[in-house]
Amino acid sequence: MRAITLIAALLFAQAASAQEPVPQLVPDVSQRDINIQSRFTGAELLLFGAILFPRGVVPDEQVDVAVVLRGPTRPIIVREKQKVAGIWVNAQSVDFRSAPTYYAIASSRPLGKIVDAKTAAIYELGLDQLQLSPSGEINTGELRRFTRGLVDLNNRDGLYGESSGSVDITGQVLYRARLKIPSSVPEGNYVAETLLIRNGRVIVADDSVTVSISKTGFERFITIMAQRYSLLYGALAVMLSLLLGWLAGWAFGRQ
Amino acid sequence: MDIYLPIAGLSVNVLVIILLGGAVGMLSGMFGVGGGFLTTPLLIFYGIPPTVAAASASTQVTGASVSGVFAHLRRGGVDFHMGAVLVAGGMLGTLFGALLFSLLEQWGQIDTVINILYVLMLGGIGGMMAKESWQSVRARRTGTTLPPRKRRHHPLVANLPGRWRFYRSGLYISPLAPLILGFVTGILTMLLGVGGGFIMIPAMLYLLGMSANVVVGTSLFQILFVTISSTMVHSLTTKAVDIVLALFLLIGSVTGAQIGARFAQRLQPDYLRLLLSAIVLLVALRMIVGLGWQPDEIYTVQLL
Repeated sequence: MRAITLIAALLFAQAASAQEPVPQLVPDVSQRDINIQSRFTGAELLLFGAILFPRGVVPDEQVDVAVVLRGPTRPIIVREKQKVAGIWVNAQSVDFRSAPTYYAIASSRPLGKIVDAKTAAIYELGLDQLQLSPSGEINTGELRRFTRGLVDLNNRDGLYGESSGSVDITGQVLYRARLKIPSSVPEGNYVAETLLIRNGRVIVADDSVTVSISKTGFERFITIMAQRYSLLYGALAVMLSLLLGWLAGWAFGRQ
Repeated sequence: MDIYLPIAGLSVNVLVIILLGGAVGMLSGMFGVGGGFLTTPLLIFYGIPPTVAAASASTQVTGASVSGVFAHLRRGGVDFHMGAVLVAGGMLGTLFGALLFSLLEQWGQIDTVINILYVLMLGGIGGMMAKESWQSVRARRTGTTLPPRKRRHHPLVANLPGRWRFYRSGLYISPLAPLILGFVTGILTMLLGVGGGFIMIPAMLYLLGMSANVVVGTSLFQILFVTISSTMVHSLTTKAVDIVLALFLLIGSVTGAQIGARFAQRLQPDYLRLLLSAIVLLVALRMIVGLGWQPDEIYTVQLL
């Protein structure tokens, strides 16, 4: 009798969970380590993966996928130029405590059509939803102006990007998206987040994939030397210029 | 061919950098100036961060002035005594310039100050040079001779306390005058990545009244040491010297300098100076337009 109730309870529990079937994401990325060396001109990352629906049942209604790649955040100061006495000078500025150095989002359909405003704000979906945590007192109008300025600048430099319709979903199961990384990206750990979206809401979010971008070899050596052994580095730069100048004079002088 | 610059943190086309160095080197060989006044703005225009541009340009000027110094040494065109005073002032200037640099950076006005300094320096000296060389070109055309300029130092210089003898320069003046001159150019070297030959040569001629045959050599001597000092100070403070960028600039400019020097021997010095002043004035004009016109980028980002 007890066994029967236990089984019944188990069945009931399973039925209850089946009412809210939560799919799983299996995300991956084409490259986990991006090395910056002398021929580095940027990279293209392929973010791909599979959507595992419970019991393998693919729902009839459309699902959408968004992928986000975020670089490390840094405190920055954004300055705005204004015309003062006929010339353009930096006038106002705003400090942001955590601005991502890199942010790219790709989605299967325009973000405005697949998520509601609240969800977009919670998950920071879209360039106009970035949480930059400004410090100090600032009114919302100014904040919006500076944020827009920063986003626009980074967007043109390829450091921030938003592209809709660039996530391909095959048979409601497989997805893939390409994201471009310019040569001017800073080093650090980048987090790739994949979000499964249905009816305007995020049902699953997975940010288990990380990509590490770092300088290697000669580039790493130079950077470390300039930072830690600056005296030696400076002396080396001076010697190099003296040597080249002298060599050229000697080579041309002999002719 | 693209190459990644480790300190600037972006990739650039090597050929563009070598050609840029070569063109600047040509000018420096032809006119006996460092050419930093062109390198820094051109690098910034190409997308290199301004601090890295100024720091690496001063390294390039060192290389470009080396062979010039040797050439002048051989024919005794360097007043070491005067040079030493100028270098001492220059080194103090680079240290003070480093302080100014970080203050202005914190204040957010480094770009504007650099631009205004460029406009004042290039406009003033370009104008002076244009006027003078135009007069001598016209005199040559019409066959008249200009009255020779009297060599004497400025009354302000004569009022400074204490006097030293500078034999090769033919001067008996206060060492404070060249010390201050060196100091001012040292600041400019640090802020703008220029050698300061533009300021030095006219100041040596018209303010100090040095004898003309040691002016260029002594100025190059000072530029050599002050740009070395500025490279070192940049390495230690801003850490913005990009050795890869400097290497490719140098390859272009040391070659260009030699070619330019040959080329200069075939041209009349008056026409040469008129040409140089036209280039200088053009750069100054571009800078003035840049100050008054709405810039491409209203917003700039700086790491805290």
